[in-house]
Amino acid sequence: MPTVEFSPSIDSRPTYAPLKSHGSAPAIMVADTAGADALLDLMASDSAVTDKAQIVLIAPASDKLARMDLMVKTPVHTTPDLDTAGPLVRQLLSTARMGTQMYLAGSEGMMGALCALATACGLPMDAIQTEHRGTAARRMQCVHCKGITEDVTTDPFECSHCGLTLFVRDHFSRRIGAFQGVCVDAETPGLIPTTQEIRP
Amino acid sequence: MTRHFNTETFRGDYTYHNSPEAIRRFPFPFDQDTYTYSVNIAPHPGGPTGSTFEFAFDVDEHYVSEMQDRAITLAEDPNRCQSLPHMELAGWDLLELIMVSKARDYPDLFTLNRDGDQWHWINRPLGIEQRFTFLDPATLPYGPLEYITRQTQGDFALLHERDRNLWLDAGMITSQADWSLDFDVGMNFFEWHAPVPKARQMGVFDKALKFLLAVEQQQAYRRLNWTMTVNPRLDTSPENYHKWGPEKRSITPQNVGQKQFLRVELQTFWRLPRSNALAFPIRCYLCCLEDLCTNPEWARRLHLVLRDIDPVLADYKGFAVNQKTIVEYLAGFSCV
Ligand code: HEM
Repeated sequence: MPTVEFSPSIDSRPTYAPLKSHGSAPAIMVADTAGADALLDLMASDSAVTDKAQIVLIAPASDKLARMDLMVKTPVHTTPDLDTAGPLVRQLLSTARMGTQMYLAGSEGMMGALCALATACGLPMDAIQTEHRGTAARRMQCVHCKGITEDVTTDPFECSHCGLTLFVRDHFSRRIGAFQGVCVDAETPGLIPTTQEIRP
Repeated sequence: MTRHFNTETFRGDYTYHNSPEAIRRFPFPFDQDTYTYSVNIAPHPGGPTGSTFEFAFDVDEHYVSEMQDRAITLAEDPNRCQSLPHMELAGWDLLELIMVSKARDYPDLFTLNRDGDQWHWINRPLGIEQRFTFLDPATLPYGPLEYITRQTQGDFALLHERDRNLWLDAGMITSQADWSLDFDVGMNFFEWHAPVPKARQMGVFDKALKFLLAVEQQQAYRRLNWTMTVNPRLDTSPENYHKWGPEKRSITPQNVGQKQFLRVELQTFWRLPRSNALAFPIRCYLCCLEDLCTNPEWARRLHLVLRDIDPVLADYKGFAVNQKTIVEYLAGFSCV
């Protein structure tokens, strides 16, 4: 998957740059199937980057997994979804050495969630790199009920917890790893604008 | 000195009201007939007798009712007060600053006796008497930030300084102009200000941050910010937007004078001694247009400011939908 061009946004929204190798420093790499290409590009740019790397692929397509297996010496961990990746990444972080680098690649939602998890585990922000690949879907937090709705591709959308119709803000919290969703018809209950696809 | 505290509400039947004295001392925020964003920060050395700037933490006729309103908001949503683990010392710093200031400035209302770390605090208006050990959280019913800000008007943010930036790592926020502490906690100065239009490009935030990083102990500074609020509601939070949003559309030419409020935030900046954190109290004053217009100069100026304001700012501040009605009402008071 090619790199995505983002529209200009506000200062709280993370920006994503291509992953850069920190050489053979200990590393935790996590990607979804779109992001796996970014990890493969990274490994192609510097093969030493996998020397001390733990690699987690979330729901990878079989061809991606096969290509990754060829690039690395250690077994690649796979998980069926983000929910199961969380505990695994947490466990890898708990035994991580000083100076560990984290490379994340794929959807904004996945990277947001794992960034929040990693910083909560004490990994400094500047040890985390993120490269966006694939879907423009967002991970949204409802400001009213605080529930998270994953993979939001439309604006407005329905909160999967409280059912309010929310508009999609660009305001982003790294701690929560999500964008903010706010009731779209708060002032005029029932008047809901037409649904649009989210642009990156 | 005897003081009167109003019995009033900031929700439901909205019985909030200002006495003639409260109107007289209202911190009208405009010193020109036009408004745009600027780095409007000035020293806060105190102010004229009776003014809202006179003391470090102004206590006015709304004190007791405002604290009751905060308690209601917190009971519904405890996350309006948050403190990341490294901010507890800053909470104690703030508690000390407020207790010492209030006991000094309002000896008839507050008393603080200190014997080493054994402190004895008396808050007469709220009927509180507390003995506790300074820096020992087990001796207070809440954490230090929550304890003291349940007894002090205004919202409070505590900023941690690192990497040449300020981080919003603790706060008590129950009377905010539509932003969420729970969402913003942990953000830096540029991140939490990200939704504000224009100001970054104007250089306002870069200059303001530079200024704040240079604030030293024993200096205090202040600035005024303002917005427009329908009904005297303190809790205009995004969390409850679906509850207060409909009220925003209830403005008519007949009721605008009583229902539309100018909301002024007196923001002050204090460097805290032990934690080196910055305390940022945001004190909210509300005055309806009808009361403001008892002062002809305020009526004239507010009319021009709101008539000519950049539409992007009117939209961000949330009063664009009522701007026409407001401006027409104010036009009736001025002979420009
Ligand atoms: C360090 C303490 C400060 C904190 C915690 C703080 C917090 C905030 C927050 C949470 C908002 C609302 C943003 C949103 O829409 O979500 C805001 C708005 C704003 N802040 Fe600050 N701020 C601080 C200092 C300053 C300073 C020193 C300036 C100086 C110019 C400033 C200028 C502004 C302006 C112009 C707005 C837009 C307000 C409006 O149009 O109503 N802030 N601030």
